[in-house]
Amino acid sequence: MSTPARNQASFILGAAALLALASTIVLGLGLPPTLEQGPYARLIAIHPPLAWAAYLAFGVTAVASVLYLWQRTRSRVWDRVAASSAEVGVVFTALTLVTGSIWGRPTWGVWWTWDARLTSTALLLALFLGYLALRGVQTDVHTRAKRSAIAALVAVVDVPIVHFSVDWWRTLHQGRSLAQLTPQSDLDGSYVAVMLLGFVAMTLVYGWLLVERYRVEALEEHFDDQGLGLALEERRAEGEAVAVP
Amino acid sequence: MWRDAALVAGKDLRIEARSRVATNQVAPFAVLVLVLFGFALDPDRGILVRASAGLFWVAVLFSALLAVQRSFAIEAVDGGSDGLRLLGLDPAGIFLGKAAAVFVELVALELLLTAGVVVLYGVDLGGAGLMVATAAVATLGLAAAGTVYGALSAGLRVRETLLPLLLLPVLAPVLLSATRAWEVALGSSVDDGWRWVQLLGVFAVVYVTFGLVGFGALMEES
Repeated sequence: MSTPARNQASFILGAAALLALASTIVLGLGLPPTLEQGPYARLIAIHPPLAWAAYLAFGVTAVASVLYLWQRTRSRVWDRVAASSAEVGVVFTALTLVTGSIWGRPTWGVWWTWDARLTSTALLLALFLGYLALRGVQTDVHTRAKRSAIAALVAVVDVPIVHFSVDWWRTLHQGRSLAQLTPQSDLDGSYVAVMLLGFVAMTLVYGWLLVERYRVEALEEHFDDQGLGLALEERRAEGEAVAVP
Repeated sequence: MWRDAALVAGKDLRIEARSRVATNQVAPFAVLVLVLFGFALDPDRGILVRASAGLFWVAVLFSALLAVQRSFAIEAVDGGSDGLRLLGLDPAGIFLGKAAAVFVELVALELLLTAGVVVLYGVDLGGAGLMVATAAVATLGLAAAGTVYGALSAGLRVRETLLPLLLLPVLAPVLLSATRAWEVALGSSVDDGWRWVQLLGVFAVVYVTFGLVGFGALMEES
């Protein structure tokens, strides 16, 4: 009975991710408070990187779903990648909204505002929560994989439409944080550096979580496939152990 | 494909006409939603008139959920979907047919709801061209996306609770765009209403295309 083992590459990736995350936190907390936003400006070290990781995760889900639906590349590997990435993506999206909200309360004076960017992120979260709910339904593995892949694509196709509609609806949103990377921005150099480190850290964390989540998914499927036979064997072994004094 | 679509649409509409589920349950439900909004927002006509476009489309959205659920419930009994497949109908035709039936039901429902907002909320109708165009394009999008998701959740044990969770976020842009366009038509906001109709058009085209291409894959198992 071999199970997919935790391999060395994943260990190194995990170590690198944690190290990068720890340095982002330490350096981020060490940033000087800004005049307008006070200490809350430090959230820039993690908030935009979280959003980036969420987009990356859903992008990976979409690509993996296409690869699953395409007959020539169909494999349960892609289904597992899509599932794992979507789950990690939902966590990152939720964290993006939470950190944004924490920043918004002291800066804008409200926890939530119907700004275009916020609204479309919230809808993105809802779309992929639906996707995960569909994945959670007990049914034939192949049926589930195919339907989930189609649902992921429908959701991804909806994202630009959602974006346009809320953009036209609420055009009063703030500037993009990536646009602040341009040289003429008045953002302090150390802020930019820590934010870039944050991007690296979140990408690594995403990669590591994806690998580990994939491993768990594979183990679960393995367990489902082998579980019954294994349980029978164990019971038989118990019976023999009792029979032989 | 068109012939298959007409057959399937005819079948669905005949079932609805004979079973009267749409007329006896879905339509009263939609009107009831309008009445409930009246309770929630107080009989202060000012608020109701200003919000009428949004309330109308929320009522349409909820009713669309029921219509889609119904559209796939009739296939679930007596092996209906297996039967459709065994007949050798084109999956794209089945999609168009089912979407067309939902479309017709929703248009009928919207006429009723329009009468409802006029009578219950005291709305003065205006901008008929924009209203009709918006309703037509929005309903096409609702029917197409609804049919895709109806097929996605068909045959699953938890479909009643899964469908709203899957479908409502996808339909959010339709609610938003149709509401804005109607607000312009009803004179409660100044905007370029036709821009919203264009966005609704994009939504409809995307989901009709998606259904035509993807419905085969959804039909072959389940």
